[in-house]
Amino acid sequence: MITMEHVCKSYKVAKRDAGFKEACKSLFCREYETIQALSDVSFTIRDGEMVGYIGPNGAGKSSTIKILSGILTPDSGTCDVNGRVPWKDRIRHVKEIGVVFGQRTQLWWDVPVIDSFALLKDIYSIPEEIYQANKEELTRRLSLSELLRTPTRQLSLGQRMRCEIAASLLHSPKVLFLDEPTIGLDAVSKLAVRDFILRQNELHGTTVILTTHDMQDIEALTKRIILIGKGKILMDGTLEDIRKSGENMDETVATLYHSYGI
Amino acid sequence: MRLVCRKYVSFFRLRFSMGLQYRVAALAGVVTQFFWGFMEIMVFRAFYETDAQAFPVSFASTASYIWLQQAFLAFFMVWFMENEILDAIVNGNVAYELCRPVDIYGMWFARSVANRASRAVLRCFPILVVAAFLPAPFGIMKPRDPVSFLWFIWTLAMGFLVTVAFCMVVYMLAFFTVSAQGLRILCVSAVEFLSGLVIPLPFFPEKILRVMQALPFAYMQNVPLLVYSGDLTGRQLWRTAALQLLWLVALILLGRALWLLAKRRIVVQGG
Amino acid sequence: MMGIKNSWKLYRHYISIVVRETMTYKVSFFLSAVGQFLVSFNVFLGIFFLFQRFSHVKGFTYEEVLLCFSIMLLEFSLAEMWARGFDAFGGIVRQGEFDRILVRPRSTVLQVLGSRFELSRMGRMLQSVVIFGYGIAKSDVDWNFGRGLTVALMLIGGTALFTGLFMVYAALCFFTLDGLEFMNVFTDGAREYGKYPVNVYGKRMLQFCTFIVPYALVQYYPLLYLLGRVKNPAYAALPLLACLFLVPCYALWRFGVKKYQSAGS
Repeated sequence: MITMEHVCKSYKVAKRDAGFKEACKSLFCREYETIQALSDVSFTIRDGEMVGYIGPNGAGKSSTIKILSGILTPDSGTCDVNGRVPWKDRIRHVKEIGVVFGQRTQLWWDVPVIDSFALLKDIYSIPEEIYQANKEELTRRLSLSELLRTPTRQLSLGQRMRCEIAASLLHSPKVLFLDEPTIGLDAVSKLAVRDFILRQNELHGTTVILTTHDMQDIEALTKRIILIGKGKILMDGTLEDIRKSGENMDETVATLYHSYGI
Repeated sequence: MRLVCRKYVSFFRLRFSMGLQYRVAALAGVVTQFFWGFMEIMVFRAFYETDAQAFPVSFASTASYIWLQQAFLAFFMVWFMENEILDAIVNGNVAYELCRPVDIYGMWFARSVANRASRAVLRCFPILVVAAFLPAPFGIMKPRDPVSFLWFIWTLAMGFLVTVAFCMVVYMLAFFTVSAQGLRILCVSAVEFLSGLVIPLPFFPEKILRVMQALPFAYMQNVPLLVYSGDLTGRQLWRTAALQLLWLVALILLGRALWLLAKRRIVVQGG
Repeated sequence: MMGIKNSWKLYRHYISIVVRETMTYKVSFFLSAVGQFLVSFNVFLGIFFLFQRFSHVKGFTYEEVLLCFSIMLLEFSLAEMWARGFDAFGGIVRQGEFDRILVRPRSTVLQVLGSRFELSRMGRMLQSVVIFGYGIAKSDVDWNFGRGLTVALMLIGGTALFTGLFMVYAALCFFTLDGLEFMNVFTDGAREYGKYPVNVYGKRMLQFCTFIVPYALVQYYPLLYLLGRVKNPAYAALPLLACLFLVPCYALWRFGVKKYQSAGS
């Protein structure tokens, strides 16, 4: 069970203007501006749920994910993941979650994937038999057997994403955060990844929280959608709630963004 | 010609404002260089207190030498090579540059000058000002007289150009070597030593010094620094300045000749 | 105890992977090792030629300075090799790699140490070992167990000291990425100017290096014992005291991590 109540988060950013004169001026004084990343965000996600977390760039998606995964401490509000406050009990908390950042890799770049897996086994202190079982299952379901001996840098984007997902599930986490997992993938890989996530949820009851810009991901994977814009939760409902007949998902979401003025 | 000039003036301005953007970085750089200068002087003070007789020049001259060295580091550090140029040579992108109607040697030369000058301008004044206010003999001396100060400016500029011309030779040699980075490492450590960055050249034994003076590296930073403190004057100065100019011409000619060879290679091999 | 053993095993695992990664690029590894060797060779030449002119400095002869220089260089290269993760921490923060570290169930220090291992520092180490051998052969140090132990303690204390300084640098990366060049004063500067015993730089510098950043505890004082200038064995144990320097460094690191968690990147 994941709950977030009245969470607020703001950042202070230094202004930096281009230009020769501005640069000289900034030698003496510098202006800061406060950006409200999240204001009064609350929601509850039950165990085994799959939730799509959507919103335009800079809406506060990754701040939310960072708070839930213990990377970031909010300014105010409470947050509880499986009975723990993520940023207070970091080490125990992160043992139970898996995180995939679509834009960054968690695998070691120049060694075969299997070596990264073996290191992750030690990092998460996964018992041998659980590691073997998980590795075999993931290898089978993601068709990795050909890839495990290849260095990460030689993998295609789609192949790498499959390995990334496997890497984040080796320690059987209860919650999986996927930050744009299908970005830049070709059609075949996208389908494979979606299919895998669905099955993972069915087989192991893994809670999945997914941020994406790809509306087909949402359509294929989640029943529930949380829409965030300018740091506020604008809508929390089902796919059916927002879909009007005859429109495709991209159009639906575009009208939705438009109607909220974001 | 005027167009080219304007291009480099705007390049210089861009670099300069970039440097200003990272004002904290610039300040930190100045502090660091100030520290190096200070420690270097402390080392020589210790040697001076131990045996003042063995000093080849006065202690105040040594201090001036070290401060000026720190202030104009960006002019003379061979280490500040243009990595973009080396990369273009290694990965073959230089072939694209050949399509443009400009003289590549001249372009790279001007670019190195602009880059180094913008760096130095930003950093030299704070160091010079602070060093000027330090108590004698630890600070920088006052310029001796207008004429020798002009000589200092002249040899400083020439020494700077000798350094750039040498870097150009290194870039051109990179066309013919297996590893450009290896070449760079070798050149950097050799030049640092031979140009007086490790210890000021006057402190070397007589025989070694004579060998060093036969190489172009002694005509980079060493000459203007000695001119400033008045340890190089009169006929000796004229002779050294002439040699400096000679080395500049020789290095430019060598760099150009190598460039012609390299160009032929690119055309034949297709980069 | 179990925890330490487990961490050590994990650390070794990290390093074996990082070393294998380095070895993918053999040429570049070899060249940086050669570069490290050459750069420190220049420093040696500098000392050599100055002592052609001067017979000693503040009572220390050429051989004694060499001994001092080589030990300091070895301490620095050891710290740089194993604590390279902290030394290169600006890049880790900039690329957002620290987020990944925070979502893994291990101490941040262990993960940062495991993220890099600079094998090419072998070049510098080789240089210091050669000079050390040369310095010992030329010096009249009367070697016994106590003096051997002193050298070992100096290496431990010095490596800890430099590790602490790298950690301070890394902790500062959480606050700003600009302007950390000045930290070079404490690391590269100490390596460079630690070639002469600290007292060469005057009384105030000696005080600074005793009480603020305790370079003198791993260099000047134990050196005096090593060279037989003092008989009190407490001087040889001072490097252990320098290890305490790690405590405030670690506190600053913890503070930096907290800051990162509240401000984000």
